[in-house]
Amino acid sequence: MTGGQGMGAPLVAFENVSVAYRQGRRWSRAVRGVDLGIGAGVTYGLVGESGSGKSTLAQALLRVLPPSGRVVEGTIRFRGEDLSLWPPQRLRSEFYRQVAMVPQDPLPSLNPAHRVGRQVEEVLDPGGLPARAGSEVRRKALAMLEAVGMADPERVASAYPHQLSGGMQQRVLIAMALAGEPSLLVLDEPTTNLDVTTEATILDLVRELVAERDTAVLYVSHSLGVVAELCDRVAVLYAGELVEDAPTAQLYRQPRHPYTQGLFDSVPRLGTTRRSVALRPIPGRIPAPSSLPPGCVFEPRCPIAVGACSQARPALEPSGDGWARCLRSGEIAAGEVDPHQPAPPARATDAAREVPVALDVANLRKRFPLRRSLVELLRRTPQRAVRAVEDVSLTVRQGHTLGLVGESGSGKSTAARAILGLDPASGGAITLAGMPLAPDLARRAPEAIRRLQMVFQSSDEALNPYRTVGAALRRPFRRLGGLDHAHADARVAQLLRDVQLTPAYASRRPAELSGGEKQRVAIARAFAAEPEVLVFDESVSGLDVSVQAAILNLIGQLQQERGSGYLFISHDLAVVSFLADYVTVVYLGHVMEAGPAERVLTPPYHPYTEALLSAIPLLEPGAVRAHVRLEGEVPSPVDVPGGCPFHTRCPRFLGDICVSQAPPWREADEGHGVYCHIPLEELRASQAPAIPFPGRGGDVDGG
Amino acid sequence: MIGSRLARGRRRWLAALRGLYARPSSALGTSVVAVFVLLALVGPLVSPYGPTEQLFADRSQPPGIHHLFGTDHLGRDVFSRVVAGDRDIFLLAGSGTLIAVVLGTLVGLLATYRGGWVEEVSYRFFDSLLAVPALLLALLLLGSLGPSRTSVLAVIAVAYTPIVARVVRSVVLDTKTKEYVLAARMQGESLAYILGREVLPSVLPALAVESALRFSYAIFLVASLGFLGVGVQPPNPDWGLMVSEARDFVYLTPWTLAFPALGISLLVVGVNLLADGLKNVLQVGEGP
Repeated sequence: MTGGQGMGAPLVAFENVSVAYRQGRRWSRAVRGVDLGIGAGVTYGLVGESGSGKSTLAQALLRVLPPSGRVVEGTIRFRGEDLSLWPPQRLRSEFYRQVAMVPQDPLPSLNPAHRVGRQVEEVLDPGGLPARAGSEVRRKALAMLEAVGMADPERVASAYPHQLSGGMQQRVLIAMALAGEPSLLVLDEPTTNLDVTTEATILDLVRELVAERDTAVLYVSHSLGVVAELCDRVAVLYAGELVEDAPTAQLYRQPRHPYTQGLFDSVPRLGTTRRSVALRPIPGRIPAPSSLPPGCVFEPRCPIAVGACSQARPALEPSGDGWARCLRSGEIAAGEVDPHQPAPPARATDAAREVPVALDVANLRKRFPLRRSLVELLRRTPQRAVRAVEDVSLTVRQGHTLGLVGESGSGKSTAARAILGLDPASGGAITLAGMPLAPDLARRAPEAIRRLQMVFQSSDEALNPYRTVGAALRRPFRRLGGLDHAHADARVAQLLRDVQLTPAYASRRPAELSGGEKQRVAIARAFAAEPEVLVFDESVSGLDVSVQAAILNLIGQLQQERGSGYLFISHDLAVVSFLADYVTVVYLGHVMEAGPAERVLTPPYHPYTEALLSAIPLLEPGAVRAHVRLEGEVPSPVDVPGGCPFHTRCPRFLGDICVSQAPPWREADEGHGVYCHIPLEELRASQAPAIPFPGRGGDVDGG
Repeated sequence: MIGSRLARGRRRWLAALRGLYARPSSALGTSVVAVFVLLALVGPLVSPYGPTEQLFADRSQPPGIHHLFGTDHLGRDVFSRVVAGDRDIFLLAGSGTLIAVVLGTLVGLLATYRGGWVEEVSYRFFDSLLAVPALLLALLLLGSLGPSRTSVLAVIAVAYTPIVARVVRSVVLDTKTKEYVLAARMQGESLAYILGREVLPSVLPALAVESALRFSYAIFLVASLGFLGVGVQPPNPDWGLMVSEARDFVYLTPWTLAFPALGISLLVVGVNLLADGLKNVLQVGEGP
């Protein structure tokens, strides 16, 4: 049995567990033969891409599989006993008292009709009457809310779930989960929908609370970084099979399975750029449960597969302090074989900085007026507005990438849509290669539209489900390029090859494409008009890491070939730092810091940048670095704080000057500067690098 | 290229038809509607007499070999009249529904996509129309227009355009914010192109189901107006009118009432089952 080394019988044990889903009249096995043991007090990470079966496994443990799913093989044991033999009564009275779950999306798990405090009290006193003020239960519930970092537990307790932000809701659920003092806590991607700064505080919280209470944790996540921050031991799932299971340090230092290695090589690390290192995506895609390869599930995508790999499914063999399901794990451990995917061809190094400006945006502003009520109209209350973008200036140079970074509510997407003219800007000037652009798209000349294009966020929504890929790609050629049907078809074929698809894709519909393929088509469509500037709005955020790596490489390669300027918008600083030459950090519609990427990522930082960088999970278990956490919530964009908009949350808050005066632009060096009242020397002196290994390559062996 | 597109289109039609026949209820509905459509098409070929032809020698005959559905008190062949009424109802209810669907779709697409005060004004107006019960609205309109086939068409259009427009709106509200619509705008596409090629396809499934439902209600409305004597006028073979005329003779010649009434109910039930089947096959509300 795996996992329980030196810890006696594990709290939870999966023994050869297979879970199948019914599709029509067939059953397809989404999880096959998983062996896993979680010891008491151990924090266990379960990592995999979409389709790996990680959530299915967690649901099978909690016995909350959807009606079409069923455990078809194996046993799940809790304290050594087979859970499937327990009657519902016993499950309720024993099992569910000892396990708790925190889901990805908190709102559906909270009852919208009850106050938050009441819901916490219910866990403390199941079936009891509503607690009275001052009672023991009420006191405990408030203590619980305080323990999960609520500054004002009384106010939170009397709020309804929808009145809280996503991060607060997630904290309430954690409070409810821990209130029952469970011996096992299952967290299913609890921070995936949250901002990095909120994610960091939630991870801190889980780490502390779990350490205090000796609770075992099963942490399901797609993010290697988050798992590295939190877990003692990590299991990697691929296409429904457990491929590697090892202590975190070993897994991160020297993965024993080529898939694990592939995952690491796909993730851009903070401080690496595409000029210094290329990502190594995993070719191909996860096989569907209905069409599995005969041997090892990873064999078709594996860089070191040999003949025997396609013959039979390898067994899970011990490797170091862990387990790996690979015939060659011994050779990998001994360094006799290289499990890395082949690196893409190297690229030319950094180009000269003094290149012409392609897109210039000055003092962009976008406000959405709020409707006034009748009373407000009669009282002549001045009309209020959501100030999504207040003052953003940026410059995109030809053949270079400007990364625009900020958390949700920072106004980065609104800024993009205003620049493109989809939502006309309320103020400011947009200039494309010296030519001023009208705020409204409808008033822009076709030539101006052609030269400024966009790649959208969601691969699912970016293509019309009713039209073929060919029809979608032909249109820009005909509309903006003025080509006839036959010529457009020829160009579509070439374009599909440029984004590494085949011309045969032209006759397919979006439903027949994978997420990565859809995003390639969306990129192709934007490039069809041969634009000078492309805006990418979170265009890789929804993709699995191995697919994301391929798309990032493609985006970089296309820029090299075509010399387009990019405005790359993302909440993910690691991705931005990988791709961008310049970075602009925005908060509440204001620029906080701007400059060349490598300067923005090293001190002196703006305090907000410092907090962002410090919050990003690194792929280095146990890395020592600056620990900066933000308090409170992002203020409403209707009432943007005066002075410096960041002053309400700033860890380096000075005093009245931050509240009353807008901060000055302090230029550190060649185009790099911050908007802050603190002098640069002071910032530089007090800040430690937030990235432990700046400029480090993608190899993991050296750490 | 065009050939293959046609072939694909035909395959999809066949697939849809197979889907309709996969469930017993929708198979029944489709078959019933098909029989009525067939009767409407070949009507004059199968009906032995003209719809207003009077056979004085054969007055008030019960159903039999000479007169399949019997004759009424004026000696008119009920089978011939029911078949002619079938064709009539398809023409009236069908074209009325078509007008409502076309108008409702146009207004729904344009007003919802544009948003702002255009949307506000159109839908407030539609809401006020919907506040009046359909039959009352019909009686009011017919009272001022006078009873005629054109008036009946107008009544159906006025009563059902707002309902169709609402269904269209519910889909367009969702579709207009989709990124592929924004992408079309980024290609400088015209309003007509965006509405017709990017937005309309996502409306079609819901529209097909709603059209079938509206058609079944329009049959009801035409029959009700005929029955009340404010719609189609005698001696036209309208089913509602026939039921109304037969009321006085229900004890003497019950068949003159039974067959047109049966026609109404069978067709309405059939169309409803078909609409239900369409909803299932086109997966309305679940996306493509």
